[in-house]
Amino acid sequence: MIKPRAMRDALLENIWHAMDSNEKIFFVSADFGSPVLDRIRSDHPDRFVNVGVAEQNLINVSAGLALEGFQVFAYAIAPFITMRCFEQIRVSLALLSEVRQMNVNLIGVGAGYSYVMSGPTHQCYEDITLMRSLPNFQIFSPADHKVAGSLFQRCVDQSGPKYLRLDAQVLPAIYEDDAPSMERGFHVHQAGDTTCVMATGYMLHTALEIAASFRQQGIELGVIDLFDLARFNQADLIAVLRKYTHLVSMEEGFHGRGGMDSLLFELIARHDLDLRMLNLGIDGKYRFELGSRVELHEKAGIGPVAAAKRISAFLER
Amino acid sequence: MVIANSINLSDKAQWVWRETLAIHRRAPETRIASSLSSIEIFVALYYGGILEFDPKEPFWDMRDRCVISKGHGSICMYPILAELGYFPRSELQRVCQTGSFLGGIPDPVIPGYETINGSLGHGLGVATGMALGLRRKKHPRSVFVVCGDGEMHEGANWEAIMFATQHGLDNLHLIVDDNKTAMLDYTDNIISNQDLAARLEAFGWQTVRCDGHDPDALQNVLAQMKSTNSGQPKALLASTIKGRGVPGLENQPLAHILNPKRELLDSLLGDSGND
Repeated sequence: MIKPRAMRDALLENIWHAMDSNEKIFFVSADFGSPVLDRIRSDHPDRFVNVGVAEQNLINVSAGLALEGFQVFAYAIAPFITMRCFEQIRVSLALLSEVRQMNVNLIGVGAGYSYVMSGPTHQCYEDITLMRSLPNFQIFSPADHKVAGSLFQRCVDQSGPKYLRLDAQVLPAIYEDDAPSMERGFHVHQAGDTTCVMATGYMLHTALEIAASFRQQGIELGVIDLFDLARFNQADLIAVLRKYTHLVSMEEGFHGRGGMDSLLFELIARHDLDLRMLNLGIDGKYRFELGSRVELHEKAGIGPVAAAKRISAFLER
Repeated sequence: MVIANSINLSDKAQWVWRETLAIHRRAPETRIASSLSSIEIFVALYYGGILEFDPKEPFWDMRDRCVISKGHGSICMYPILAELGYFPRSELQRVCQTGSFLGGIPDPVIPGYETINGSLGHGLGVATGMALGLRRKKHPRSVFVVCGDGEMHEGANWEAIMFATQHGLDNLHLIVDDNKTAMLDYTDNIISNQDLAARLEAFGWQTVRCDGHDPDALQNVLAQMKSTNSGQPKALLASTIKGRGVPGLENQPLAHILNPKRELLDSLLGDSGND
């Protein structure tokens, strides 16, 4: 079994290694760190900069560096790197990359409830919606450190702006051997009878847990990890979904507000898929209660117990 | 390419003023008042030997980077870029028309523009990143940014101002077109910029002020700024008049959104514009 690991450590370690030979990589932080980041800033002080607590400038400086040919990784807490500076992202990344070649990779740490004790300012439930609204952006939402680490190569190989939505917690590895195909953008973990659960990020862990419990009742749920929320292989995904009659979406973000569930609705509508759909995401409410991540998830309707109940009810319809 | 000193900058500025008014007469969607305050700044930069550039290769690596953050207020760049050869002069006849790349707010689909402009307060931060990138590449060229004074209200500018000081970016030059007027009023009645120089100096910048309608003075000051490298970023506050030379726009707090009447433009230009 592979040791659990923080997503950012896996990704930053690959960046750190590559910086030895790839002199184009520049790392910009908004006063946000990690043990691996300490190695980057001590080994490559000429290609690391901390802009301070200043996310607008994080984006602007990253854009300027990218215009000068650097492959930029910009790093901050997820709600701050997406929302504090959204117009900077729109103007100087999404819009500017329409006409100028630039490679900027926004690494946002703290998807969903992953900063459990920090409350709603540091938790992040709106970012998928916001980043999906921007043309030219690629969006990645890995479920474990294996996928997070393998995103590095995609980031340097493909130009353009990207958003990497990373979990803040150390999570068990799901992909024991090789990471899944980056080109396809999704991975089928198991095939099911009539119902498929499409999960992204942390929710893949919950989906697999629920699928294991359903199996004991003799029900096989399909489970798919959708880790590329912008450029996944649509034809392949549609072909997989055609085998099902029921689809459950699971995301650690608000449901019904333009997140992964909307992406699937749009896909289903465009391709006339005959699928009933259940959207599991955070209900539209900000919470100040403290509790474990699972406890918060249960209150929000996406914990293993609450979600399993809702899926059971959905299957009986 | 650097334009030699043989050009009379005042004559060139007068020509740009006329061309800019003529563009506005053909395309009233353009913002005229703020484009008239920045003319001599751009004339000094492009004709006064300050910037290195190559109109045939707009993204030539050895160019000085000029970021024009006050988008609307740079319509006067259209005749300049056309005359320098960035694009055919015939394009000036099509400003704001279907199929033209010369819009009411310039963007980098226009050869010679570096960044997205007009949404205010973005240029300086991006320019700061470019200046840092050049410095870290040990690249000899400089970055110039032209902002409006109203634009300095945007907080993101001040994040960039602190950052540039911290990193000693003396290859970064901010030029503020200080026409003392935003869209709805004089800046003194909104957030005053009277002490902008003192503020910038307190943040660690070198500042200098000069008459923003004297192209020779601008040329001298900019040349001196560019050749001074003391580890501090540099700002030039150019005292200007919004709507300069157009009666009814000068000293009018709403000049930004006013369009002079056709008859006035005809009389200022001395022709009927039916060319």
